[in-house]
Amino acid sequence: MNEKILGIIEAYGRSPYRLVDILLSLQKEFRCVSDEAVNIVASELGLSEVDVRQTKSFYHFFTTEPVGKYAVYLNNSAVSEMMGMADVVDEFEKLCGISFGQKTADGLISLDHTACIGMNDQEPAALINSVVFTGLNRQKVREIVAAMREGKPVESMVTEYGDGNNAHPLVLSMVKNNIRKAGPVCLGEYETGKALARSLTMGSKAVIDEVKSANLRGRGGAGFPAGLKWQFCAHEAGDRYVFCNADEGEPGTFKDRVLLTERAQMMYEGMAIAGWAIGAKEGILYLRYEYLYLKAFLENVLEEMRNQNLLGKNILGKGFDFDIRIQLGAGAYVCGEESALIESSEGKRGEPRNRPPFPVQKGYKNNPTIVNNVETFCSAVKIIENGAAWYKKMGTEDSSGTKLLSISGDCKMPGVYEVEWGMTIHEMLRMVGAENVQAVQVSGPSGVCVPPTQFNRQIALEDLPSGGSMIVVGKQRDLIKDIVLNFMAFFEDESCGSCITCRSFNMILRRQVQKVVEGRAIKPDLDNMKDWGEIMAKTSRCGLGQTSSNPISTTLANFRELYEARVKDEDFQSDFDMEKAIAESCEAVNRPPIVHE
Amino acid sequence: MSKPIVATASLAGCFGCHMSLLDIDERILKLIELVDFHKSPINDIKTFTKQCDIGIIEGGCCNTENVEVLREFRKNCKILISLGECAIMGGLPAMRNGIPVRECLEEAYCDGITVGENTERIMPNDEELPIILDKVYPLHEIVKIDYYLPGCAPRADLIWEAVVALVTGNELNIPYELVKFD
Repeated sequence: MNEKILGIIEAYGRSPYRLVDILLSLQKEFRCVSDEAVNIVASELGLSEVDVRQTKSFYHFFTTEPVGKYAVYLNNSAVSEMMGMADVVDEFEKLCGISFGQKTADGLISLDHTACIGMNDQEPAALINSVVFTGLNRQKVREIVAAMREGKPVESMVTEYGDGNNAHPLVLSMVKNNIRKAGPVCLGEYETGKALARSLTMGSKAVIDEVKSANLRGRGGAGFPAGLKWQFCAHEAGDRYVFCNADEGEPGTFKDRVLLTERAQMMYEGMAIAGWAIGAKEGILYLRYEYLYLKAFLENVLEEMRNQNLLGKNILGKGFDFDIRIQLGAGAYVCGEESALIESSEGKRGEPRNRPPFPVQKGYKNNPTIVNNVETFCSAVKIIENGAAWYKKMGTEDSSGTKLLSISGDCKMPGVYEVEWGMTIHEMLRMVGAENVQAVQVSGPSGVCVPPTQFNRQIALEDLPSGGSMIVVGKQRDLIKDIVLNFMAFFEDESCGSCITCRSFNMILRRQVQKVVEGRAIKPDLDNMKDWGEIMAKTSRCGLGQTSSNPISTTLANFRELYEARVKDEDFQSDFDMEKAIAESCEAVNRPPIVHE
Repeated sequence: MSKPIVATASLAGCFGCHMSLLDIDERILKLIELVDFHKSPINDIKTFTKQCDIGIIEGGCCNTENVEVLREFRKNCKILISLGECAIMGGLPAMRNGIPVRECLEEAYCDGITVGENTERIMPNDEELPIILDKVYPLHEIVKIDYYLPGCAPRADLIWEAVVALVTGNELNIPYELVKFD
């Protein structure tokens, strides 16, 4: 075992910066990262044991005990639940004779839940040894469990492949693209290398100016002007880095999955253009672990582009050197936050940094770094190719261009739609075939729960900003239980724990919602939930804690009657139970549990 | 109009909040003009004989007697104030909350290094004694609390300003420094 561990450490150049990769390799090799392995890694890398342990414990896909030979990670996000996850859970548990969170006695199968794996358009979905299984139902579970018992390789259980590059020999996945509407920017006509060649003749400053004048704003959700970010970074001294954020973790978004599958060249080209613009030599694609099934394919695309001289040394003979490597995540939503993503890429816990300094000043290894979303890079390619004026003709005044929407939930045609900014929710619902809609969750759990009275609002950064996640909630759903409670449980799991309010209030608020759902809450609880959410938003360091009370605050604002119908009209209640509170100590000191009142 | 009546108690606390109350110095003379005191360790009145207006409670609830006193205060006071960290959050005594109560008792009476000989492992269990609760509870988890005055101990000025505002009906106007602790 030791030799294997040492070999893995060697393979990553004994660099502490590659700790996450090392731990991923260990997890794959031994199905766990044991305490013994932690010690070896620590001493070999010159780190303390605690350094290694804290990184390990941060990520969802590292385990201390070995996972099963077949490690099932079933998505328990809201849409998975809406699409019948309970049946899938029941069937797995029945056939395996264990509950979720357990492993069969023979070590063959382990069952666990995981947060959204980017398959909301084809739920319920699961990862089994990193292979994606979509559209699960009782019958499919029966087939999968039977195949596991026969000891078949997981890959062989995938019999039908999805469309497009999902059927590529290096992918061979059952995932479907579900591209329902291709727009002119990201999913339209594309010729690899054209924009990069144009950039190299334009000069770096002109590239930044073009992106700025197109008013390209970050597609991850925050909407920061990309050109400005590039300009800030270009002005800083040091070895600059280009990061592409493919840690698509917001439940309900899966449009980057489609871009990674169908527009990998375009994304890489956008990174190279950005590299040229800011004067960087190195780019890193931060790929969420859930998209591991795309890694070999994405590596191959890199190789092809190197062969075409679109990456590597002296690109297109213009003396520009730029190359890209892929950095895997290991299961942590908060790593989608840019400074957490950088921390994670440095082999550490993915905890957001204090700002300033901003990543453009001190990012990866304290060097100036830009972090942009997959879609942002793809959009930049088209801007360079067709010009800012062309791009600005689309969208609204403050939000130019198009947006990829990942639409899922209660609608006839879930999938990816490339639309111009400015579309109203009404129009969107007509487009996806949704009827009897109770609400639309815009931009995932951290976004806004929009009621029908506001369906005339526009999807645009100045009205309803969105990173792309759109979850349609039908009238038949229990909004508080199916959506709000699920989202709060998600945030409770995913808070990195660094800020005390985020660490505590997400748990406390989840419990409050649970009280409402179970009919145990009272009226003042509703005001408390609102106030506490505001405190958390004000006192958290990063976007997670600043937005994680949104499921509660936006439903309290827009659907208060649903809460009021479930709470008791009392101004105080106590959960204190004297009998329970004295039982343990009376037993310990051997006295009858009698309270004289 | 008669003066408002104030009652106070210290539960699972250290009496520091009451000491802080006495730190109002000469203002205690003004206080006596403003209010009357009923049940309180300050005057040693032990039982409620009339309805009070304001109850001020220091300390959380660690045993059955604390709960009983607290409930009695709720019954006899129109307004209840949680005074200080222990009353509001459990405070220092609540550090035992993560440890099973049996372990705490065994450490205190049998196994701790400062325990003398206790070979029979006797632990106090006379029925006259209050019973230790499984954990230390903040007051608001047991009865409704109207106001909270934070601090360990809350500054004398904070207690003074709050009580005066409550009694006079004036707006409570306290400088940020009075409730800022870092």
